Amino acid sequence: MVEMSRENLFNAAIAGLLLALPLGAWALGESYYISVASRVAILALAGVGLNLALGFGGMVSFGHAAFFGLGGYAAGVLSHHAFEGSAFLNWPLTIDGSDSTLTLWFAALLVSGLVAAVIGAISLRTSGVYFIMITLAFAQMIFYLAVSLPTYGGEDGLPLYLRSSLPGLDLSDDLTFFFVCYGLLLLAIFLSLRLVGSRFGAALQCARQNETRLSAIGIAPYPVKLTAFVFSAMITGLAGALFVELNGFVSPSILSWHLSGEIMIFVILGGVGRFYGPIVGAALFIVLETVIGGYTERWQLFLGVILLGVVLFARGGVIGLLAGKARHD
Amino acid sequence: MTEPLLVLDGLQKSFGALRATDDVSLSVDAGSIHALIGPNGAGKSTLIGQIAGALRPDAGKIAFMARDVTGLSVPQRAQLGLGRTFQVSSLAMEFSALRNVMLAVQARKRSTFRFWRPVRGDRDLTDPAMLQLERVGLAERAQLPVTALSHGERRQLELAVALALEPKVLLLDEPMAGLGGEDSQRMTEVLGNLRQEAAMLLVEHDMDAVFTLADEISVLVYGRIIASGSVADIRASQEVRDAYLGE
Ligand SMILES: Nc1ncnc2c1ncn2[C@@H]1O[C@H](COP(=O)(O)OP(=O)(O)O)[C@@H](O)[C@H]1O
Ligand SMILES: [Mg+2]
Repeated sequence: MVEMSRENLFNAAIAGLLLALPLGAWALGESYYISVASRVAILALAGVGLNLALGFGGMVSFGHAAFFGLGGYAAGVLSHHAFEGSAFLNWPLTIDGSDSTLTLWFAALLVSGLVAAVIGAISLRTSGVYFIMITLAFAQMIFYLAVSLPTYGGEDGLPLYLRSSLPGLDLSDDLTFFFVCYGLLLLAIFLSLRLVGSRFGAALQCARQNETRLSAIGIAPYPVKLTAFVFSAMITGLAGALFVELNGFVSPSILSWHLSGEIMIFVILGGVGRFYGPIVGAALFIVLETVIGGYTERWQLFLGVILLGVVLFARGGVIGLLAGKARHD
Repeated sequence: MTEPLLVLDGLQKSFGALRATDDVSLSVDAGSIHALIGPNGAGKSTLIGQIAGALRPDAGKIAFMARDVTGLSVPQRAQLGLGRTFQVSSLAMEFSALRNVMLAVQARKRSTFRFWRPVRGDRDLTDPAMLQLERVGLAERAQLPVTALSHGERRQLELAVALALEPKVLLLDEPMAGLGGEDSQRMTEVLGNLRQEAAMLLVEHDMDAVFTLADEISVLVYGRIIASGSVADIRASQEVRDAYLGE
């Protein structure tokens, strides 16, 4: 028999609920709620990425919008060129636009991973508040770079007229698109689980708990953390590509520090270092935004109160509150 | 005579105006235990820190297995076979005792960059780890998180972690501190049996343990080695009695 801990049961319930919502909406013909569910899945995916760095590696990145946005821009820009029939780059090598979903995802993973390698290599030389600030600073640099690029709409952003195509699937169908996002979300959680449970994951978690100890047994913390930071950014970057596809629009707002903060909020609300936490966090966030946001523009005040409550009284976030403390062995 | 495993040559380290290490030279031979004694604040931990690589000496050289390691980082030295324990336990607090030792086993195998296979139930890690836990008398507590271990048990775990690295030289910073009579006897026994496996630089206040274990003793006072010799020499030295033993 498979042993089901309370957290596992809870996780299954969360995953089930997120699946049930769009199916219900589809049955009722409420397609708007299907795209809401997609949004939750995509933002949760971004949170799953950050959770790897923040929750398991203790790297409090306040710049993950950079990777979300770069993933989004990578996909959006290639899609834009495909629509225009132009090339993204002619020299030193030719890179054409593309409407192949897999190519767009690959571009998002590549760009966010490469930039994370550079940002991480520099930022991880610092720690604590300095790390938070330097990741924020890098993200802001990239934000202003995007704002100042007239080719891709600058401040106003760029509408995308082309839906990308995935062999055998019609992504312009809302429900199909949701399934793709949902599948990637579960895949990312599964990969995180494997990673955290592996030898690499053991070292990463030790780096969070006690770097001195890790060094003393002969494992340099820096490369371990940098590698995890890059993986983390790539997952968040893929979420950015999906987000752009969902909205049919790419703009610098997906690079803004607000978004960095929101991704962090998903992780903290759900429970830092809890694999399914970002789903709860993102869902809660969207619910607050749509429900309370429907009554008052000050819905973020409520968000702030809840966040304060979580930080003060429920350090394990919602999952910690309902499923108990995280278990290590 | 074979070359000593560890040789310190003219080490200096100051914190501001305080000379914490003042021209210290000593060596640790293969198969032997070199005890370092001295009052609190003499600079024993500071010296261990420099040998392990956590502190940079202002001057002097550290040679380990005939290789100058003065410029190497802590992880590099550990990988060469220089293990240490901390005066104040420093462990991965959320992990179980077993996990702490398993991590050291994986470090020794240089296998950290493996991303897929779970460590849980991985016999390549758990078997050698359990062996070390048994050795220090902690096998029954293997599954407990470090936070649930007593102070003494954490000292034992520190040693098990260091042993899992299969070090050539062990730097032990007061391994008996806070251990009860029975536990410190066990620790003395464990260390005595280890001698052939790993030479040791042993910082310790428990003089029974020091006199039982040490092949050579150096006395550190105000960062300086004021006496060095066999157990009998040190016992007999008037200077040491005045400065430290307080007899
Ligand atoms: N990082 C540091 N900064 C300043 N002073 C230090 C530092 N570490 C140790 N000291 C001082 O150096 C002296 C030696 O300390 P330590 O090596 O811990 O002595 P011991 O281990 O022999 O008790 C003490 O006076 C201590 O206060
Ligand atoms: Mg000390």
